Amino acid sequence: MSVTAMAFYLFAITGVGGSLMVVLSRNPVHSVLWLILAFFSAAGLFILMGAEFVAMLLAIVYVGAVAVLFLFVVMMLDVDFAELRGGIQRFMPLGLLIGLILLIELGLVYGHWNMAENADALLQSPTPELSEAHNTLALGQLIYTDYIYLFQASGLILLVAMIGAIVLTLRHRVDVKRQNVVQQMHRDPAKAMQLKDVKSGQGL
Amino acid sequence: MITLEHYLTVAAMMFVIGIFGIFLNRKNVIVILMSIELILLSVNINLVAFSTHLGDLVGQIFTLFVLTVAAAEAAIGLAILVCFFRNRGTIAVEDVNVMKG
Repeated sequence: MSVTAMAFYLFAITGVGGSLMVVLSRNPVHSVLWLILAFFSAAGLFILMGAEFVAMLLAIVYVGAVAVLFLFVVMMLDVDFAELRGGIQRFMPLGLLIGLILLIELGLVYGHWNMAENADALLQSPTPELSEAHNTLALGQLIYTDYIYLFQASGLILLVAMIGAIVLTLRHRVDVKRQNVVQQMHRDPAKAMQLKDVKSGQGL
Repeated sequence: MITLEHYLTVAAMMFVIGIFGIFLNRKNVIVILMSIELILLSVNINLVAFSTHLGDLVGQIFTLFVLTVAAAEAAIGLAILVCFFRNRGTIAVEDVNVMKG
């Protein structure tokens, strides 16, 4: 067995095993950690396929941002997770049945598909030779030219998601003292303090 | 020799595990969101496998957009979850009917 095949089976087994443990794990914190393992294995598979830019993106975006966000929320919410696992025995047969049906359907699809005759002529943007441009360079040259509008739109999606998340989670407590800048700037010395002429020996 | 079918098989298994996870953890919305992430990851594996097999870069570009949408979806989903937890004190979503929808 070649090194590539061994690496493939390593990443495939850790990926599938990791995703299985995400679903079956009792503690959601462990689920998130298994999810990180599954993401790393998928990144390894991408590198084996020769798509190193997507692999790095997976490690940075999924592991660095999404998984950490999950971890943060799981640890922040004070939830009794044991109680949430209550109906798992009840749902197991239905889940297994639907999973089996889906697996059979996917197997049928994989058993019967074949490539188009003129597949080479149908390529939208053929991958350049490795000596001409490596993966990241080739992707960049494509994203910033042909797909620039989609790229900008995906940026817009992220902006909307960010604003939406802030709007959903922001709350103003009423019992907290806050600085009111406008009020501060409109303060007038004449209203804010009084000058009194105090005669000596008499007091106010 | 590792062929396209090997990668497709891994992706199919991860997809089915993701669907299975949604049915298994019907109450725990955090695990449901993680299962959705797994499903999107398996779709990404499919896209990249076909992209590198056929020598067409568009599959990898599409992967980037799927990744973007997955990140946005996770952020919004978790924000809704935090909001829901604040109002209800639990994250059990099996019979959510706050909005009577």
